[in-house]
Amino acid sequence: MLPDLAGLRGGAAILPELVLTGTVFAVLVLDLALRRSARRGRVLLLVTCLGLAAAATAIAGVSAGAQPLFYGMLVADGFALFVKGVVIAAAVVGAILAALSPEIRRDQLGEYLILLVCLTLGMCLLAGARNLLMLYLALELVSLPSYILAGFRHGDRRSSEAALKYVVFGAAASGLMLFGFSLLYGLAGTLDLPGIGAAVVARGLQGGLDAQLLVVVAVLLSLAGFAYKVAAVPFHMWCPDVYEGAPTPFVAFLSVAPKAAGFAALLRFFLSGFGAPLGFPAPGEFPWPFVLGVLAMATMTVGNLAAITQDNVKRLLAYSSIAHAGYLLMAVAVGSPLAIRGVLLYLPIYLLMNMGAFLVVMAVHDATGSETVDGFRGLGARAPYLAVVMAVFLFSLTGIPPLAGFIGKFFLFAAALQTKSMFFYAVAVVGVVNSVISLYYYARIVRACFLEKPADAQAPVRVGSPAAALLGALAVPTLVLGIWWGPLLGVVEKALLLPR
Amino acid sequence: MEVGLTHYLLLAAAVFLVGMVGFIVRRNTLIMLMCVELMLSAANLVFVAFSRELGDEAGHVFVLMNFAVAAAEVAIGLAILMEIFRRRRSVDADDLNTLME
Repeated sequence: MLPDLAGLRGGAAILPELVLTGTVFAVLVLDLALRRSARRGRVLLLVTCLGLAAAATAIAGVSAGAQPLFYGMLVADGFALFVKGVVIAAAVVGAILAALSPEIRRDQLGEYLILLVCLTLGMCLLAGARNLLMLYLALELVSLPSYILAGFRHGDRRSSEAALKYVVFGAAASGLMLFGFSLLYGLAGTLDLPGIGAAVVARGLQGGLDAQLLVVVAVLLSLAGFAYKVAAVPFHMWCPDVYEGAPTPFVAFLSVAPKAAGFAALLRFFLSGFGAPLGFPAPGEFPWPFVLGVLAMATMTVGNLAAITQDNVKRLLAYSSIAHAGYLLMAVAVGSPLAIRGVLLYLPIYLLMNMGAFLVVMAVHDATGSETVDGFRGLGARAPYLAVVMAVFLFSLTGIPPLAGFIGKFFLFAAALQTKSMFFYAVAVVGVVNSVISLYYYARIVRACFLEKPADAQAPVRVGSPAAALLGALAVPTLVLGIWWGPLLGVVEKALLLPR
Repeated sequence: MEVGLTHYLLLAAAVFLVGMVGFIVRRNTLIMLMCVELMLSAANLVFVAFSRELGDEAGHVFVLMNFAVAAAEVAIGLAILMEIFRRRRSVDADDLNTLME
């Protein structure tokens, strides 16, 4: 008898993923076919951007539904679609950054774009995964191209060292996570996330101490993989080294998109798997809001304190991205509808300001060869446009009104305060103190731009018109969303209308 | 003595611990990658043991998929390792100190 194949019909719901797969092959073939053409780079970039745009259009056409696809492997609900949109937007910016950067050799641009789209495909699958197997495969599809892209500056010892550190720690984290998954599978007897949640809750309540202990071990081990992807304490050590050594256009992408997809997967893992307790869990329940809250406090504190002493701007932004992972973790720990809204709102805002900041770092590095804070001295006189947009991005990262970063942080903290639990009040206070600390090191760069004279007479920093246009495209929404965030909030609300 | 689920799980836990301790203690990145493989094998063993115990094929499928993923991961890891070794004649984790503040 033939098995029932009705479950295999994904329909339009996986059209975005299919388009991305098609783009990978199109770029691959064109890269070979146009080997001798002078316009190869431009054509490949155009095809990649068109493919990503087509995928984004396909996302807009998918009618969100909580109906599981492919025998429960994937789901295309509004939450997943929103995250897919964010990562595809990040991929478009990432592709353009790669084409602008001299760090990516022209003859290797095709390979870079192929891996970038592969990574994007993995993140799209990760956002919709509702089965442990799918989750693991998608996570690896994100990790493997990342390892290669981190070491993409062939022959550069810093780049290959960054890649090695990334792959060794990444493999260890996925080993821990996989062992956790295998225990969860044994406990629940299924790989389906909602099924695991029900079984784990039941076991926690009925089982003895040993069953509860096993659940805690399994969930903590699984957490390792997610913590690694979003660079949360104690799996953040790779982050500064990889950010410093890897090519800057890739770092800009890495700091935003995999983090967004990782948080989406983390939210789905805990919310569809374990229900959403507010505040402290009942006895017998796994106290994950508490565990994640402690991790959030540790992550933002470690990130911000370590960032203070950094001289390399890429390293500084690496620690800053760890701190931002901490703010987001705080909201994941709360897990309320307002918190999920806050996370979704934060992701596109974070994309704008962080990728913008890295684009400025890239422009300054290409012009002066310097990646240190000193390289920014006198930038206000040498390149006023760059200095002003950099100030916008950095103050937005700090969360100063009326910039977009303030709105993002406002919702995250509001979610923590809404719980009315002493523990989350404490987490929020730690978060606010951390935001104040972060002002110090962000302002250091701004001060170098405007108040310090360059060490020697340096030529003005020139920025090409494509880079200037892209900077404007990132800076204007950063300004506008700080005052007029209604439309974005509306999109987020619409994405969350359907039950998860 | 009948070999049952508990024995498989104990063996898997032992293999996992060997891998994890090895990863932390050893400084040679090649050995560290091998230790990660031990951790992955331990997870595979747990999957297969539970799959048999529960009479559910999903665990078997997971293990097969994991073989492919682990192979890809090692291929990339070794390629990067080769690149480093060609340049420095060492794959010791303590020698990887170019990226330090």
